Amino acid sequence: MSKYTEDDLREELKTKEYEYGFYTDIESDTFPNGLNEDIVRAISKKKEEPEWMTEWRLEAFKAWKEMIEPEWANVHYKKPDFQGISYYSAPNSKPKYDSLDEVDPELLATFAKLGISIDEQKKLANVAMDVVVDSVSVATTFKKTLGEKGIIFMSISEAIKEHPELVKKYLGTVVPQKDNFYAALNSAVFSDGSFCYIPKGVRCPMELSTYFRINQAGTGQFERTLVIADEGSYVSYLEGCTAPSRDENQLHAAVVELIALDDAEIKYSTVQNWFPGNAEGKGGVYNFVTKRGLCEKNAKISWTQVETGSAVTWKYPSCILKGDNSVGEFYSIAVTNNYQQADTGTKMVHLGKNTKSTIISKGISAGKSQNSYRGLVQINSRAENARNFSQCDSLLMGNECGAHTFPYIEAKNKTAKIEHEATTSKIGEDQIFYCNQRGIDTEKAIALIVNGFSKEVLNKLPMEFAVEAQKLLEISLEGSVG
Amino acid sequence: MDLKEKLVSSFLALENKVDIDSYVHDVRTDAIKIFEDQGFPSKKEEAWKYTSLNSILKEDYSVFPKQENALEFKDIKKYFIHDIDTYKIVFIDGKYASHLSQTTHDGIDVCLMSAALSKPKYQLVIKNYFNKAAEKDSLTSLNTAFSCEGAYIHIPKNKIVEKPIQILHFSTGNESATMLQPRNLVVVGENAHVQIIERHQSLTENPVLTNSVTEIFASKRAIVDFYKIQNDNENATLIDHTFVKQSRESFASVHTFSFGGKLIRNNLNFYQEGERIDSTLKGITIIGNKQHVDHNTLVHHIEPNCESHQDYKGIFDGKSTGVFNGKVLVNKEAQKTNAFQANNNILISDKASINTKPQLEIFADDVKCSHGCTIGQLDESAMFYMQARGIPEKEAKALLMFAFSNNVLSSVKIPELKQRITKIIASKLGVNIGFDL
Repeated sequence: MSKYTEDDLREELKTKEYEYGFYTDIESDTFPNGLNEDIVRAISKKKEEPEWMTEWRLEAFKAWKEMIEPEWANVHYKKPDFQGISYYSAPNSKPKYDSLDEVDPELLATFAKLGISIDEQKKLANVAMDVVVDSVSVATTFKKTLGEKGIIFMSISEAIKEHPELVKKYLGTVVPQKDNFYAALNSAVFSDGSFCYIPKGVRCPMELSTYFRINQAGTGQFERTLVIADEGSYVSYLEGCTAPSRDENQLHAAVVELIALDDAEIKYSTVQNWFPGNAEGKGGVYNFVTKRGLCEKNAKISWTQVETGSAVTWKYPSCILKGDNSVGEFYSIAVTNNYQQADTGTKMVHLGKNTKSTIISKGISAGKSQNSYRGLVQINSRAENARNFSQCDSLLMGNECGAHTFPYIEAKNKTAKIEHEATTSKIGEDQIFYCNQRGIDTEKAIALIVNGFSKEVLNKLPMEFAVEAQKLLEISLEGSVG
Repeated sequence: MDLKEKLVSSFLALENKVDIDSYVHDVRTDAIKIFEDQGFPSKKEEAWKYTSLNSILKEDYSVFPKQENALEFKDIKKYFIHDIDTYKIVFIDGKYASHLSQTTHDGIDVCLMSAALSKPKYQLVIKNYFNKAAEKDSLTSLNTAFSCEGAYIHIPKNKIVEKPIQILHFSTGNESATMLQPRNLVVVGENAHVQIIERHQSLTENPVLTNSVTEIFASKRAIVDFYKIQNDNENATLIDHTFVKQSRESFASVHTFSFGGKLIRNNLNFYQEGERIDSTLKGITIIGNKQHVDHNTLVHHIEPNCESHQDYKGIFDGKSTGVFNGKVLVNKEAQKTNAFQANNNILISDKASINTKPQLEIFADDVKCSHGCTIGQLDESAMFYMQARGIPEKEAKALLMFAFSNNVLSSVKIPELKQRITKIIASKLGVNIGFDL
């Protein structure tokens, strides 16, 4: 066998097509393209929402009309035509199921192709799934077990109907309607998403999980997630995405709000694998997401993300450390290949005393992709004894890609302790040589090194998810990672 | 009339006085156009996010101050590094002060920008180098438009300049507010060595705004060391732009010591246009009260096998604010680049703040780039250790701060300068440390 070099790897990466590119034909009822007040009202009506919710959406829509698309990110793309998108689509047959047997078999086949057997997961992984296909929740499992504990885990549209007092109290408190362009758009037109409430002192016995999937051609997906952990509670929430191959660009503008009340802990993990576009950079999903968590006293929020997909990613999961002694964490792996562009990072805003934050970000760029870390660590004047540690490492494969770091560090308190370090490197020839010498071929060696590079973050994922995350890393850097 | 309008109309007055057929005339006219279009930078611009010029631009600055020659050497001796022999180029309110200076044309040119711009024998150098390294942003262009005086230093091939060159800018405050725009050009030939010390000093409490531009060209295997002492009073504002263009195997270093001034902005750009270049950017900032120091650096790695080292230390007391915005740009051709950047800060008071943004933009894969940035306090156990051994708190603190900034001081190659800076630091910290570092 001739020597497998990095060039071969690059060649392979270039030609590697999106494995999950298939399209499930489920009859959907879809709104006409375009966005105006009537569409917003219609979405609200379709979801049988109360008056206050409709008003809330309209307020967001009014704000959105005044806003302009942000351009500061280090990404270049053709601006989506917001009037050319249909803002609502739902699978047609959407009765509420009690068991998996009632679910559309074609849909189940979709999941099977993804290697996610709901059945298996139910048994083996003890995971309750709120399966979202094109914006409407189709199957919710383990609801009963959760119900016994008083945990509410349902789609947000159901929550608006069944628990309006909770939704009204918390929706938009962390990410206000006018927060930014995409958050405003999402607030106006969000179709569905998940709602989760953990009552006081309850430790959620299982990982809550939602699989998102864009399925209808030309439909933007606007998910809204709201997780509330009441005093002293704990929850681990998983979110994972795969999307079928499509030529036109799809827009995904989600908003996630986390609220951790006193002594609560939320762990939010994401594996994102939207369609990244083909080797020529054609197609792919635009992923413009606003994720933010609020920590009250002694609370902890931990974000973990594995970003392998999307043509353009614009995503900064953040923590507002409002309460004293609260803790924020951010662990991220971002892999870009071909023409993918990622501008991702976090914001840690220290307001309370003795607040701590940790940022570990690993960027891997290959092909002609651009990978940026953009982060903010802000220590306000009243945040005594705040502590931050940040580490951003980049790995470059080939000389046509780029890695960028834009860390903003603002300290207004003398007791702050902040450390930031960043490195950029490539896979060392000697590392590969070392492996080759011991009978490990280059392909395996690169896999080993990439895995080692990302281990710190992969370790933070829940067990069930770590396996899938590793699988996605493999696909993104196919041919090398085993 | 606001300052921008005043400057634009003053430009017309300047035009009437100078030779409009020269090459520089075109450069100036283009530059004023850029300034007219862009105006003064505001906080909306990313590069000026943390530094506002608003309060400074409110003063009614006199753009062409009156001549003042009454200064005697004994009055200002303390601002010179006077214990060694040096070349000196001294300006008072922007005008050359020959009685205080010591220039030369003996083998090397250490003289004036005004001469270089007007005399035919310098034409070739001016055409090849003037405004060739400078960025075309608004403040640099403003300086370019008004550039008529400053230091002109040309060191030919293989020449080692034995004594350092001091460039001093004094302002006497004989106008209620003065704006100065010195323009320096330093061209260093192949294998030549030169050391330059630059200082801006205001002698009264009247506000001064200095918008200075320095262009430095280091040819093949040249060695250039540039030291900036910024220890002005609290009504003086300095916006300094320094552009360094390096050819292959050259070595250039710029040390910036910022100890005083109302507002200091240092734009320091390095362009590596050859292989095996070494660039060093170091700085110590020790400020208090309401002072503001902003370091904005760029190192552009264009060719392979080069190195850059950045090390900035800051100690902030009172209500002072510090900014560090460092950028390392590595082109995709610049393989085997080693780029290091460090920015360490200590906040002493509750009201002081620091904003730092160390950026890396990397397009080449085979590189070693790292940056580190810390904000912290003095080590309490070290403080305790010293106090337990009878060292008073103040001295103990000062010792730790000296140790903190020693990395930067240790690479200063002129011993007398190092001594002087040590003394300034000691007086800033209010201690007599009793030894030289």
